[in-house]
Amino acid sequence: MSFISKKKTAIPGFGLTMGITILALSLLVLLPLSMLVIKGASLSFSKFIEIITSQRAIASYKLSFGASFIAAFVNVVFGTLVAWVLVRYKFPFKRVVDALVDLPFALPTAVAGITLTSLYSVPVFADNIAWYNGYFGVLLDKIGIKVAFTPLGVIVALIFIGLPFVVRSVQPVLQDLEPELEEASLCMGASRARTFFKVILPNLIPAILSGFSLAFARALGEYGSVVFISGNMPMKTEIIPLLIMTRLEQYDYLGATAFAIVMLAVSFTLMLLVNFISFWSSNKYKSYN
Amino acid sequence: MKKVIFHTLIVLGLSFVNSSFAKDREILNVSYDPTRELYKAFNEEFIKYWEKEKGEKIIVNQSHAGSGKQARAVIDGLEADVVTLALAQDVGEIAKQAKLMPLDWQKRLKDNSTPYTSTIVFLVRKGNPKGIKDWDDLVKDGVSVITPNPKTSGGAKWNYLAAWGFALKKYGNSEEKAKEFVRKLFKNVPVLDTGARGSTITFAQRGLGDVLVTWENEAFLALKEGGERTFEIVTPSISILAEPTVSLVDKNVEKHKTKDIAESYLNFLYTEVGQDIAAKWYYRPRMESVQKKYESQFPKLNLITIDDEMFGGWDKVQEKHFREGGIFDEFYK
Repeated sequence: MSFISKKKTAIPGFGLTMGITILALSLLVLLPLSMLVIKGASLSFSKFIEIITSQRAIASYKLSFGASFIAAFVNVVFGTLVAWVLVRYKFPFKRVVDALVDLPFALPTAVAGITLTSLYSVPVFADNIAWYNGYFGVLLDKIGIKVAFTPLGVIVALIFIGLPFVVRSVQPVLQDLEPELEEASLCMGASRARTFFKVILPNLIPAILSGFSLAFARALGEYGSVVFISGNMPMKTEIIPLLIMTRLEQYDYLGATAFAIVMLAVSFTLMLLVNFISFWSSNKYKSYN
Repeated sequence: MKKVIFHTLIVLGLSFVNSSFAKDREILNVSYDPTRELYKAFNEEFIKYWEKEKGEKIIVNQSHAGSGKQARAVIDGLEADVVTLALAQDVGEIAKQAKLMPLDWQKRLKDNSTPYTSTIVFLVRKGNPKGIKDWDDLVKDGVSVITPNPKTSGGAKWNYLAAWGFALKKYGNSEEKAKEFVRKLFKNVPVLDTGARGSTITFAQRGLGDVLVTWENEAFLALKEGGERTFEIVTPSISILAEPTVSLVDKNVEKHKTKDIAESYLNFLYTEVGQDIAAKWYYRPRMESVQKKYESQFPKLNLITIDDEMFGGWDKVQEKHFREGGIFDEFYK
């Protein structure tokens, strides 16, 4: 056990705490996941490949990964901005705005989905929108943009649920970043852009990356809000979790398991990758501090 | 002090145990999407009936969602005492996969275990601006059709089959033409909800689509819920006899010791009171006297059944149309 460093910590008993950690992880995470793999193992390999590479599946991978990526990217830009505003400026009702950011965490996703769908759908009787609520949908339709029941609608829902992840990752780091650092940079003659890109951003990158990965992972697994706004059209607006649900509802447990395994493998790989990147970048940028 | 708390806890614990012994017996009816209102009314009536007959207070719980989803929930362990689902196939899956009831369950009750029937009709916007009269009109360009996904919704399976039946008759039994017809129909569908109620909401509350293809009872209900100013019902020339089936879930009632209630509950559906409630909630009753009473409510139309030779029963239909890679999937390639 020499590779584990023993330090004095507040909670005593490394053996006990580590034991509980492993037990909890096993019961809560590994056990259900291993059931998935065991169930999937009764599927022959060729059948497995056939299911997960069907045209419809590939269309849904594209949508799920594409929309999640775009949504997480949008959240990185706007989430960082929101965090910046919340940390660096004083304004009335700041606490309220701060609390609003967390709302997508707490709101049942189905509620979000239904609300967004109502707002963005385009009723047949567009002259009677007060009745049907399609306020945004009708306006956007006039300039030729359709949101509800298109991939764009999926992205909108995913942006909504992912926003707090980026804000809450970036905010604490930004709080610790002293404004003096910027002032020093400006005093030494660096331009604003140079200060932002060379001084501020490097410090934020690990937090932004972890916010991105959290928002991305959350978006990949999101079901509740997306099913309402996507319209669930095969080949066009089906996300992977919906494909799993559809398989289940046709009593095709094995088919559902096959997709679940794909999701699991891809998500795990991605999370691992992002963890490495953020570890590497936090090491790389340490020298700046 | 500690002792006092300890004793209080014991007393509290005992009273809890006690009350759980004296609890009213409960049964759970797992049903499909549009039957919420029907079973709410029916349950009230049945609870009264049971108390009068047996002097026992009981509780009847109900659960609703898309029919396929509900069947799966029962297979996965939702402890239904009775199931009242949109089609025989879904109950059959429970018998086949979870073996909660014998495979010949459908023979145990009258009329193939179908106490009431329904059919598929159209709901259109008031004044019928697109002039929709029959299935032909649903495949026209620029007509937007709302129906749930036949893969997950029992009602949508009936919708699909009714359209298929119409096309077969129209094109002299040419399967190719029927396929083309139904494909065109689904091209006009902008959103596929997973259950019938979802589609009704999409059509009625979100204002999407020119026509909703749905259960007759669901269409009537939409009218009743204040929709008379906004919608009207169009009855097509041909439709399908939709047969929602009911069954006891034998293994679960044995476990709950509720077999007497559950059996009586299902039989009550076939009594005059039960049939009357069904008709009141716009399901077509089986009993002739009740049929007469509600004659004006249900227009006569040409109905095909699932056992017609063009379909040959649920197993064949599932294999041909709705399985992975079946005809329905071809539409979306």
